[in-house]
Amino acid sequence: MTFEGWDFCRIDDELSEEERMARDTTRRFVDDRFKPLITEHFRKGTFPMQLVPEIAELGVFGATIKGYDCAGMNNVAYGLVLQELERGDSGLRSFASVQSSLVMYPIWRYGTEAQKQHWLPLMARGKKIGCFGLTEADFGSDPGGMRTRATLDGDHWVLNGSKMWITNGSIADVAVVWAKTGDSQDSIKGFLVEKGTPGFTASNIEGKFSLRASVTSELAFDGCRLKKDAVLPESHGLGAPLSCLNQARYGISWGVIGAAADCYETARAYALERVQFGSPIAGFQLVQEKLVTMLTEISKAQLLCLRLGRLKDQDKLRPPQVSMAKRNNVSWALEIARLAREVLGANGIADEYPVIRHMLNLESVYTYEGTHDIHTLIVGRDITGLDAFHAGA
Amino acid sequence: MKYLVTVKSVEDPEIKIKIKPDGTSIETDQVKYVVNPFDEIAVEEALRLRDAAGGGEVVAVTIGRKDAQQQLRTALAMGADRGVHVVCDQPLDPTLVSEALAKVVEGEKPDLVLMGKQAVDDDQGQVGAMLAERLGWGQASFVSKETSLESEDEKAKKPGVSIAGTTLQVVREVDGGMESVTVTLPAILTTDLRLNVPRYASLPGIMKAKKKEVKELKLADVVADPTPKVKILKLEPPAQRKAGIKVADVPTLVTKLKTEAKVL
Repeated sequence: MTFEGWDFCRIDDELSEEERMARDTTRRFVDDRFKPLITEHFRKGTFPMQLVPEIAELGVFGATIKGYDCAGMNNVAYGLVLQELERGDSGLRSFASVQSSLVMYPIWRYGTEAQKQHWLPLMARGKKIGCFGLTEADFGSDPGGMRTRATLDGDHWVLNGSKMWITNGSIADVAVVWAKTGDSQDSIKGFLVEKGTPGFTASNIEGKFSLRASVTSELAFDGCRLKKDAVLPESHGLGAPLSCLNQARYGISWGVIGAAADCYETARAYALERVQFGSPIAGFQLVQEKLVTMLTEISKAQLLCLRLGRLKDQDKLRPPQVSMAKRNNVSWALEIARLAREVLGANGIADEYPVIRHMLNLESVYTYEGTHDIHTLIVGRDITGLDAFHAGA
Repeated sequence: MKYLVTVKSVEDPEIKIKIKPDGTSIETDQVKYVVNPFDEIAVEEALRLRDAAGGGEVVAVTIGRKDAQQQLRTALAMGADRGVHVVCDQPLDPTLVSEALAKVVEGEKPDLVLMGKQAVDDDQGQVGAMLAERLGWGQASFVSKETSLESEDEKAKKPGVSIAGTTLQVVREVDGGMESVTVTLPAILTTDLRLNVPRYASLPGIMKAKKKEVKELKLADVVADPTPKVKILKLEPPAQRKAGIKVADVPTLVTKLKTEAKVL
């Protein structure tokens, strides 16, 4: 009897009914509604916007927030939802991560009650789409060096600067933009900038070979005047945007398991069907070694995420733990995609199979939300007490 | 109006079934269960009828293992109001299931019972008719609708059947066409594939379902004698199909169809 599926260690037994139901309903949605569309959208470089109302109806956006028309699920259930979305495509998971972790979360955590009441229900229903502006062309891993400035002018904030590599930038109705209000990184604050505000423009970044089914933009602010209440008042310093990234990185750690699992299942099925030298290639030792490595690393990644999810639900999760998971799981997901690509031979580069798409997507995931190397330094600092970020200074 | 819908927990049709060494049952360890797809259509129709009428109650009922509660909760997450779970972990046959359902119906007194036309695990399709017989109610089987699943009515989630007073009007799929019938309530309705596209259980729905009432009953509460009348003697997987062949061109194909397959 052969082992089917990819829950080799029976992690399913550790999940609650609610968690399994959240995963299963998302899996069906992705299989039925998203998968038939993704290849064409990846080719064209577009996100299937027509699905946004359905994704919202499913309750994915801001799913861990209690109240404000959000589902109020625990973090394991939410992680499993993201895993299933990314089994579809990293672009789909990115869309949900940005909306939930990078826009709804900062509004919920750092916003006024009025801001929450206004934005969160609209965003949960998918009526308003958000984006998150932190990275700049010259400040990626080192966001504290940002040049974007917000200065008070009477009753208005005036925003100047630009942001780069912003997911959903040009399709967003509102941008959470991080800017310095003084010289130090402690002066960083978040601002809600609505589409159409004079002085705010968003333009798309073209020519991507990765995350093609996701909009990536550049935001520019030229004397952009915002009402005084556009600020997220509880955000003080670089810690605020980093806390949002910590939410998103937690989700990425789960999400990439989905991409890896899709690659593994594709590679296994292909290897069992594909006959060379008179027998299925799955019978060859080198192919088996690849499949075993894939499933082992998927299982380890799941166990790590499940544990971190439980810690997060108990409010015991520390950011370096999330860094460990993001670093490990993304790096292995990428490796698994490459192994699957090898197993599929020439078919591995064709979009008839999902493998090359996942592989290309994961190159972005490897770099965004803290690069692999930056997460190494975060964990390194945590276990040695020595900061390697400023080693060149 | 009160609607009773049946929800059977069945093995996920997407997975490969393995027969146990005893040859009369299937391997259930680590098998994923889902709501019988025809029952999902019944749940959807009940929800649409309730919502179109602006009120009413949808009660979902399942008979089966303790962990079949997840499938019952899925119906509650879709929007059913409460559940009844006849918990039992023994072989059942349509006679037993219909007897148990008749007892549940006696207690709940629904105006309409909606069921899938069959369950995709054993494909017997007998329970709807047996239940109608036991209750002495009318039954509309293989209920479908005239409009397509791509129609505006479907997008607006309108019910495919209509109720006026105590009369239920439905369209049934019959060989080569459609048949319109009316049935006097209370009645049984079994759903065919093209009645509607069921909604997904939403994440907020899943959270709400946790708080909904599920009444648990024992099999002994609802049947007189739990011994099945039908016994499975043997299960066999279908014979493996031989791989097909590729032909070079259409003339070769026609020749082969004539001389080898002999279908032309």
